[in-house]
Amino acid sequence: MAELSFKDFASDQEVRWCPGCGDYSILKAVQRALASCGADPANTVFVSGIGCAARLPYYIESYGFHTIHGRAPAIATGVKLANPELNVWVITGDGDGLSIGGNHLLHALRRNIDLNILLFNNEIYGLTKGQYSPTSRIGTTSPSSPGGSVDNPVRPGAFAVGAGATFIARGIDIDQKGLPDILTAARAHRGAAFVEILQNCIVYNKDVFDSVSSRKTASDHQIRVEHGQPLLYGPDQDKGLRLNTKTLQLEAVQVGAQGIDEVLIHDETNPTLALMLLNLAPPLPTAIGVIHRRQAEPFEQAFWNAKPRERRQRVVTLLHQGNLVDHRQSASSESAADFR
Amino acid sequence: MPQQLAEKNSHVVRFAGDSGDGIQLQGQQFTIASALAGHDLSTLPDFPAEIRAPAGTRYGVSAFQIQFGGERITTPGDTPDVLLAFNPAALTVNLPHLAPGALIIVDDSAFSAQRLRRAELTANPLEDGSLNDFNVCRVDISHLTLEAVKPFGLGAKDSARCKNFWALGLVLWMFDQSRDAAARWIQAKFANHEAVRNANLAALAAGHAYGETAELQHVLSQHPIPEAPLESVAYRTITGAEALALGLTAAGELSDTELLFCSYPITPASALLHHLTGLEEAGVATFQAEDEIAAVGAAIGASYAGKLGVTSSSGPGIALKTEALGLAVAAELPLVVVNSQRAGPSTGMPTKTEQSDLYQAVYGRNADTPVPVLATRSPADCFATAIEAVRIALRHMTPVILLTDGYIANASELWPIPDIDAFQPIANRKPTAATAGGVWEREADSLARLWAVPGDARHIHRVGGIEKDIETGHISYDPANHQAMTDLRAAKVAKVADHLPEQAIEQGVPGGLAVVAWGSTFGAVYQAVKEALSDGLAVAQIHLRHLNPLPPNLGELLAGFAAVLVPELNSGQLATLLRDRLLIEVAQLNQVSGQPFPVAAVKAAIAEHAPVRLVEARRKEAANSGASKRIRRG
Ligand SMILES: Cc1ncc(C[n+]2csc(CCOP(=O)(O)OP(=O)(O)O)c2C)c(N)n1
Ligand code: SF4
Ligand SMILES: [Mg+2]
Repeated sequence: MAELSFKDFASDQEVRWCPGCGDYSILKAVQRALASCGADPANTVFVSGIGCAARLPYYIESYGFHTIHGRAPAIATGVKLANPELNVWVITGDGDGLSIGGNHLLHALRRNIDLNILLFNNEIYGLTKGQYSPTSRIGTTSPSSPGGSVDNPVRPGAFAVGAGATFIARGIDIDQKGLPDILTAARAHRGAAFVEILQNCIVYNKDVFDSVSSRKTASDHQIRVEHGQPLLYGPDQDKGLRLNTKTLQLEAVQVGAQGIDEVLIHDETNPTLALMLLNLAPPLPTAIGVIHRRQAEPFEQAFWNAKPRERRQRVVTLLHQGNLVDHRQSASSESAADFR
Repeated sequence: MPQQLAEKNSHVVRFAGDSGDGIQLQGQQFTIASALAGHDLSTLPDFPAEIRAPAGTRYGVSAFQIQFGGERITTPGDTPDVLLAFNPAALTVNLPHLAPGALIIVDDSAFSAQRLRRAELTANPLEDGSLNDFNVCRVDISHLTLEAVKPFGLGAKDSARCKNFWALGLVLWMFDQSRDAAARWIQAKFANHEAVRNANLAALAAGHAYGETAELQHVLSQHPIPEAPLESVAYRTITGAEALALGLTAAGELSDTELLFCSYPITPASALLHHLTGLEEAGVATFQAEDEIAAVGAAIGASYAGKLGVTSSSGPGIALKTEALGLAVAAELPLVVVNSQRAGPSTGMPTKTEQSDLYQAVYGRNADTPVPVLATRSPADCFATAIEAVRIALRHMTPVILLTDGYIANASELWPIPDIDAFQPIANRKPTAATAGGVWEREADSLARLWAVPGDARHIHRVGGIEKDIETGHISYDPANHQAMTDLRAAKVAKVADHLPEQAIEQGVPGGLAVVAWGSTFGAVYQAVKEALSDGLAVAQIHLRHLNPLPPNLGELLAGFAAVLVPELNSGQLATLLRDRLLIEVAQLNQVSGQPFPVAAVKAAIAEHAPVRLVEARRKEAANSGASKRIRRG
């Protein structure tokens, strides 16, 4: 088969996001990942809820189901249960996935159903014109919070750890090198894979991730994690993370001064470390990459394993179970006039 | 005052006690014995919402009523001939159900001062003359049970729990029915508990022997009942929930499509989920979702992926599914939604029955979102109705709402076991190698699009809740297209009517009063119309399975009557629907007590509204030879 290109996964639909929206880059990263895995469009399904993010399925050349607000994980669960052969993706936003649909996301993750769930986190309700969302930082000014939002934001990754997710990653919209790799890893994972993608809503929450994503500041503000490698960051990889055993918290160390020995080695199978990494907040760097991954039996394995065989006979047997009364010998059919 | 039960072809027995007394089991076992004795029957379990309410309280009373006999039985009966009451509360709560002359068997030992107080009684009804209109048979059931099970060395609590089988033995004796089925049940249930098994068997035998030997002929005697003239086929007793589960399973096989049944527990709908589990080899998988929205969502997902999604709930849960139903309509996916209606609003009375979700089913969605609606009439009818619902969903690529209710779900009756080969296979719109058209090309007689599903490289497409172009399926905000799509969705549901059988008259003749009903009132209306006809009233029974769309000939059929009466267990929802769709005048009979209609109530309404006697109606019909005299307001 000829090498696939990302263009092979572009549908015939005109993309309608705002110019400069981070969703464009994510779309391209998804298409790149699909091409690099040699995905079969006929066996690939994108299920989304409602929001700017949720429009993505229209733009990908595969099966796509744009559903209702917050319910994509539930609908995708039905798709996967009905046909485990399919490669099923869920596209959701911070409002869609963690506000109205938080319950479904929780259950998809804890069941560990084999879905690839991409949450586009722009910390705002884009489609409804910019109200603050459950991931908006305190103080976010928006049409519904002109004086700044006051409620505590939820951290998507920490939520996923709490739900018992077996794969948790974080990526950045414009990272065309790193993001396709994360998506490829999510696709390869058997079970629910959760990827939070930091996405720039250029219209309503411009550049909230700028320090993490822009070339100039990224090296100090993001830490790329890799299983088995020391947790290092900084322009010259000269900073590291270590565990303060008194506070049970991660803290930064200067590699030169205190040596590299104290720096933690990333263990993606450890959910406790994952929680710490996912909760890192400035001045500590934002963790990017596959932060947690462990093997566990996916939900649908237990499901359609009994393929119906001799189905009609099975149904006939079921009909004849229970408390049988056979009137075939005893009654005469003439006297049955008033009967059913 | 008669000293004996009247000799009749059928009898009504009501068992009542605490919810922990095993009353439902007792009733079920009596039902099986009746069926095996060749009787037709109809049952009504009537239990509280509390699982184990405090013993002896009025609100904790659980009851089970059965009518059985040697003739066609369609209701559990208005007034019990026999009430078996295990305690003062059970007696007090059920007394209003009885007509003078009924036989009351009480557990004498349960009428202590303390138990009377529990039942909020200041005097003992057995002694204060309040039962003078009845035949009262005082039997020391608890005490006699303890005596009977003493040899098996059970503790006091376990010994006392055998009293339901002791009393069952006695009632089986009264109607000359075999103890074999109950004995078999005990043997299977307590296979690994020898003492419990033997104690229950002994209690059953002792109750039976008591009837035989106690010198109580003045109140308690045997009433053998003849066999019912049943059609000569094989039957089984079946509840509505069981028949619905079997119907859905059979429909899956008839359509050669596997079913994914997705549900979240709610009374009285949960029984369907229970009955459908473990049927993978018959092509049904179940999924217990995190809530009703997820349940309908997963069912829609399954249908999107090529299996048939089915979801089920009760009114409150159906309300939660509403938005997703709109998605299924917009995406044109097959889906069956079962509503086991219960008394509302809100939590209402979860274990009590009502038919008050008809508006919700027909009208209860945002936007112009038509959905076919059908209703089952009885436990046995659930089987065929489920098949019909699946047939419509797959033929038209549409969600379908199937209405049943708490009464049908739990009640049981005799069911002639159908021959599945006699049902037409159910066609679907899945593309075959020969299919030439695209996803949005519609079949003329159903207006259904193609059921193209993931995995098929020829029909890769995207669909969703956003309005789509009528030709291409792409997103469209075009005004004319939205009009066309709205019209199409309406036309598609209207098309269902093209495939419906003509609405028939169940019994009676045109000209006089048409009693038009739907759902679980069938049995009571059947009996009431039958009796009214034999009283010489000009009345006919018309019972609807299809509520949206209505059968196409219904308007014409009703035009042949002088008046229409609509009895229903709500405040007039079918009445509104008929006025809306047919522009006719109808009279109403409404009851929302959480209980099925008594036959007598329907009969009284018929007597009030039947305009003419039968002979007169026939004469007029001959004179006018069917000319319509009904006034149409349209
Ligand atoms: C039931 C329902 N409630 C509300 C809405 C309105 N609505 C559409 S998208 C949205 C928020 C989307 O935010 P998010 O998930 O963060 O997506 P974004 O647009 O930011 O990508 C809301 C509230 C809706 N479509 N349906
Ligand atoms: S509103 Fe924001 S998220 Fe939505 S398309 Fe525009 S830039 Fe993107
Ligand atoms: Mg958002």
